[in-house]
Amino acid sequence: MTIDWSWIGDHTDDLTSLTISHLQAALTAVFFGVLISLPLAVVAHRVRPLRGFLLGFSNVLFTIPSIAIFVLLLPISGLTRTTTVIGLTVYTLVVLLRNTVEGLDSVPAKTKEAAKAMGTRPLRTLLTVEFPLALPVIMAGVRIATVMSISLVSVATYIGDGGLGQLFTDGFQRNFPTPVIVGVVLTILLAVAADALLVALQYALTPWKRRRA
Amino acid sequence: MIQFDAVHKRFPNGTTAVHDLSLEMPEGGVTVLVGSSGCGKTTTLRMINRMVEPTSGTIRVGGKDVTQQDAAELRRSIGYVIQQSGLFPHRTVLDNIATVPLLLGWGRRKARARAAELLETVGLAADSGKRYPHQLSGGQQQRVGVARALAADPPVLLMDEPFGAVDPVVRTQLQDELLRLQKELSKTIVFVTHDVDEAVRLGDQIAIFRTGGHLVQCAAPTELLARPADDFVADFLGAERGLKLLSLKTLADVPQGPAPEGGAWTLVLDEARKPLHWAGKDAELPVRPLKDTDSLLSALNESVASPNGLIARVDADGVLTGVSSRDDIHEHAGQAHTEARVAA
Repeated sequence: MTIDWSWIGDHTDDLTSLTISHLQAALTAVFFGVLISLPLAVVAHRVRPLRGFLLGFSNVLFTIPSIAIFVLLLPISGLTRTTTVIGLTVYTLVVLLRNTVEGLDSVPAKTKEAAKAMGTRPLRTLLTVEFPLALPVIMAGVRIATVMSISLVSVATYIGDGGLGQLFTDGFQRNFPTPVIVGVVLTILLAVAADALLVALQYALTPWKRRRA
Repeated sequence: MIQFDAVHKRFPNGTTAVHDLSLEMPEGGVTVLVGSSGCGKTTTLRMINRMVEPTSGTIRVGGKDVTQQDAAELRRSIGYVIQQSGLFPHRTVLDNIATVPLLLGWGRRKARARAAELLETVGLAADSGKRYPHQLSGGQQQRVGVARALAADPPVLLMDEPFGAVDPVVRTQLQDELLRLQKELSKTIVFVTHDVDEAVRLGDQIAIFRTGGHLVQCAAPTELLARPADDFVADFLGAERGLKLLSLKTLADVPQGPAPEGGAWTLVLDEARKPLHWAGKDAELPVRPLKDTDSLLSALNESVASPNGLIARVDADGVLTGVSSRDDIHEHAGQAHTEARVAA
């Protein structure tokens, strides 16, 4: 298997736009995943009877084969980016929801109690005490969801999207390995870079975790 | 002033935590609630800022029924210190202290300035303000907890076993600090502990609770120690109740005379007439001079340790004023006891 370097040189523009499109799809999905799972996690955390249902439901969603999700969505949103993003978002939910609930669970009761006793109202406690303290566990979920989404985008090639995934079909159809290899390498690089950025973000957001006494 | 009027607390599981409690906690004084675990002392404390709601009866702070006020606003007007400080691990020391001022809408700058001021009040270095709670020792964290409770200058301070998790040496320091602060600030303090010595040291009045949430006796420490209401209270105060009473009496009224010349032991002074040590024929023993404000208990202790039964008395600057004998101290200690038992 040899790499045709000149093909890469001839297609830098395509590769750049595919990479950007790939990343956009993954990040949009994670963004909506976080947006949906935060309030759901708060409900699951506070209302015990709903916890099992919500976590179980997100598990069930996760077991639907990815291609099936896209097929199911076709009648609703067609062959569009929207279909890709919805499909990916559904998959991020299982990780994000579970981690956010666990993050909220990990906040020490003593700290929440102190906030209440100081006269902090529940919403403010949630935003300024519980979320910040749950952040490390939530961020662990965001990292997994991001890497997972980046690798999953390729599946959307079946509905004409799929970012770097298009390189795979292109390579297979023409029995030409270079695009496949380039696609794999770029996907991995994207995932590693995104993960590193999230680690940096978490470091910036949790200054109290840095200097251990 | 805080008033409990026929307050009852029953938890949903059926246990009675507080039984028909009527109690007044005077303004500017320290009321200590003591008792073994499960006696309802913490529940009593927590009903004052509505962390627990009473089942029946009324609780008034400054004449106003607490249940008629917005809970969050009520809590902002009452300082609260808990065991192991309950500090916010994600906020700097300064921001921890500024919590209530920020909730009250003081603005960040003013709240931080106030917090910086309080660092000094509770004896912490200014540069500790930028640190996070986990970078401080247990004793320092507890100081931050006290500073946080004082931040908005509330008239009432609730302290729930605040010094329970620190070692005895630090605990004594923190108790001294609290007494010093209280002299300046005159807050109405409600203090929960299971440590009788702590209660005796800090309390202007002590309320003893028995399992089931019954208040057994509420009195000033001297009265409590001299005249326990029943065997339960006497047992709770412990066999050394007499000595504890002496810890509350000072040396001031014990007569003193000049240091003896000759004799087996001579008190050696430096140029400023400050006691250095006892000198015998062929030995030197240390001396621990006592001030008028020291307790009869420490005087008794020192007289036992002293080679000739004499204690060295000094003024505030450490200059010798005279000596007192073991007999003088003993006699005075006995008198103090009798007085306390006959009084009231």
